[in-house]
Amino acid sequence: MRITGAEAIIESLRRENVEVVFGYPGGAVLTLYDALHKADFHHILTRHEQGAIHAADGYARATGKVGVCMATSGPGATNLVTGIATAYMDSIPIVAFTGQVAVPLIGRDSFQEADIRGITTPITKHNYLVKKVEDLPRVIKEAFFIARTGRPGPVVIDVAKDVFAATFEYEYPESVNLRGYRPIFEGDQSAIDQAFEAIAEAKKPLIFVGGGVNLANMAREITELADLTGFPVTSSLMGLGTVPADHPQHLGMVGMHGTYAANIATTECDLLIGIGVRFDDRVTGLLADFASKAKVIHFDIDPAEINKNVLSDIRVVGDLRWSLPALLTKAGNRKPGEWRAPIADWGRQVKTWAQDKPLSYEQRTDVIMPQAVIEKVSELTQGEAVIVTDVGQHQMWTAQYYRFKNPRSFLTSGGLGTMGYGLPSAIGAQMGKPDQTVFLFAGDGGIMMNCQEIATAANNNLPIKVIILNNQVLGMVAQWQRMFYEGRLAHTSLKGRTDFVKLAEAMGATGLRVSKPEELEPTLRKAMEIPGPVFIDVIVPSTEDVLPMVPPGARLDQIIMGGE
Amino acid sequence: MKHTLAVLVENRPGVLTHISGLISRRAFNIESIAAGYTEEPDTTRITIVVEADEIELEQVVNQLSKLVDVIKISNLTAGDSIHRELALIKVKASAENRSNVVDIVDIFRAKIVDVNRETMVIELTGEETKIDALCEVLKDYGIIEIVRTGKIALSRGPVPAKEL
Ligand SMILES: Cc1ncc(C[n+]2csc(CCOP(=O)(O)OP(=O)(O)O)c2C)c(N)n1
Repeated sequence: MRITGAEAIIESLRRENVEVVFGYPGGAVLTLYDALHKADFHHILTRHEQGAIHAADGYARATGKVGVCMATSGPGATNLVTGIATAYMDSIPIVAFTGQVAVPLIGRDSFQEADIRGITTPITKHNYLVKKVEDLPRVIKEAFFIARTGRPGPVVIDVAKDVFAATFEYEYPESVNLRGYRPIFEGDQSAIDQAFEAIAEAKKPLIFVGGGVNLANMAREITELADLTGFPVTSSLMGLGTVPADHPQHLGMVGMHGTYAANIATTECDLLIGIGVRFDDRVTGLLADFASKAKVIHFDIDPAEINKNVLSDIRVVGDLRWSLPALLTKAGNRKPGEWRAPIADWGRQVKTWAQDKPLSYEQRTDVIMPQAVIEKVSELTQGEAVIVTDVGQHQMWTAQYYRFKNPRSFLTSGGLGTMGYGLPSAIGAQMGKPDQTVFLFAGDGGIMMNCQEIATAANNNLPIKVIILNNQVLGMVAQWQRMFYEGRLAHTSLKGRTDFVKLAEAMGATGLRVSKPEELEPTLRKAMEIPGPVFIDVIVPSTEDVLPMVPPGARLDQIIMGGE
Repeated sequence: MKHTLAVLVENRPGVLTHISGLISRRAFNIESIAAGYTEEPDTTRITIVVEADEIELEQVVNQLSKLVDVIKISNLTAGDSIHRELALIKVKASAENRSNVVDIVDIFRAKIVDVNRETMVIELTGEETKIDALCEVLKDYGIIEIVRTGKIALSRGPVPAKEL
């Protein structure tokens, strides 16, 4: 089959079962866009390239498939950078196509030339510059394989403009042959045996789950392990949704804004079973004193995660789809009673911590409390919605108060903490999960970083519900200023003059506003009835803190409590 | 402790930048890097000398191994292996002291590869310490410039690094 490079890309996308791409055209990719048009390939035009890549990311997180986006050379490509780094930090599979100037113009500072390979090298799992059309099929095959296998991640394919138009004999390879990339699936059985022994001996065990469990689709197995053993469970931000929030052993999130019970249990446990976690500093607090009484077992697919931050006593390197079933098989030989008896005291202790110091906040009737908004949405959606957040206080409140029931239902920029992530990601999530309710929680700061994408949602009739917790400040930064900078609010007041209702309406969406507590539920219900995208501007107080909080650099048990 | 790693990589543009970028970002202590072609046309071999304890070393190896273009890493510190570096040293050599310099060159089994009225260029291959020692002695005569390749290493015995 003799076709052009542009046609070859589309054909290869079909072979990879890609249903939709998010992108933005320009000079270097005109030929590609012309081919997309002729092939009638499903493409969502965002309003900014950053929107395209975050949408691909949200699509990937919600569905588990590889997200695909496209941008032109130079500024189009550099506009992807924040999104690539966001995906890289959270191990999200994305293939991003960028146009590059024509081969004879590369390296001459040509119009709209940027070395996107060089720029994205430290933030991609792998990247390519394609200068010969014959290389395209192999490169695309490899890119999808690399993005989705092993520890997933973003891959950039930079394609020179003349490659799109060149014709060649197309054949899509059946398999890849990469000498330097052989992702491990199965690890060492003896590691499972060691882990099992440690688990069977533990008196004060704690299961700690992370984003890896979501990525490996191992939520059910983790819950089974918890059900069988009776061990308490805590989660990183990225692990939320894997074990249902209402599970009786779930202590909630650990770390800087973790629950009292989770943080104390981590400090006091004698065995910490980390599964698909990377022990980020937001989790560990003062590293030297993290889980210092515990033996640590670390389950991860990436050998480089072992001993990177926390030294582990037992390492189980391999795909969780191998290690968890293997562990469950062994663990199943002991009866639930045999598991539970030795840890009964510990179980009671942990429960007491959770009961004595639950999450709480001041109940007010004169204003809408931001935490109450999350709780109300949680109740109205019964924990079943796909929840996306931006970055800031609202993100932490969502992690604390939404009662997640399902894996891949909490989409948030954990590693990079990218403001502006939420709206485009919600668009991608809704594209991937058309039958699910998608809610976005955003701050009045972050929503403005990609607010243009509400136009994308409107054009595509995506029924996403965007709740703007409007506290008229850059809340999270203001909180740190109150706590650690003697209250000097340096450039964190937004002054609240932006009219989000009008903003939504100006872009073809619906806008609602609510400031009275008694109107919150009716407004939310009304929004849920509206078939298209809605901005719900919820006016909340400016000075509420996210609590509990472990100050940066402090030990996990040095907790500033709050609430009532 | 110093470790010598043989890193076999795909011979592709950008591989060296990728590796050196990773090393500097993760703040690994690298003493030298030397790269060149090998017996296989599509493979480049990079010898890296890193100062690291056991845990740091494991991180260096694991992080480098994650790069798709890195095929294999062998540690040539522990095994029995040959370590060499090449240096070219331009030193002041006037008529009066030239014979002294020549004596030193002989003692070190180095070679003189260029001579003119005021200077000489000396070539020496050997272990790092030997090159350091020669440079130290030549300092007294006035060194104008030095260029060193960085260490390369090869295991003794029949097994190549790619099969270690
Ligand atoms: C792109 C980007 N810039 C800056 C920051 C730093 N930052 C973290 S939270 C925050 C405030 C967010 O304010 P807002 O969106 O109003 O949410 P709130 O904290 O009030 O819920 C800022 C500025 C960031 N995370 N990302």
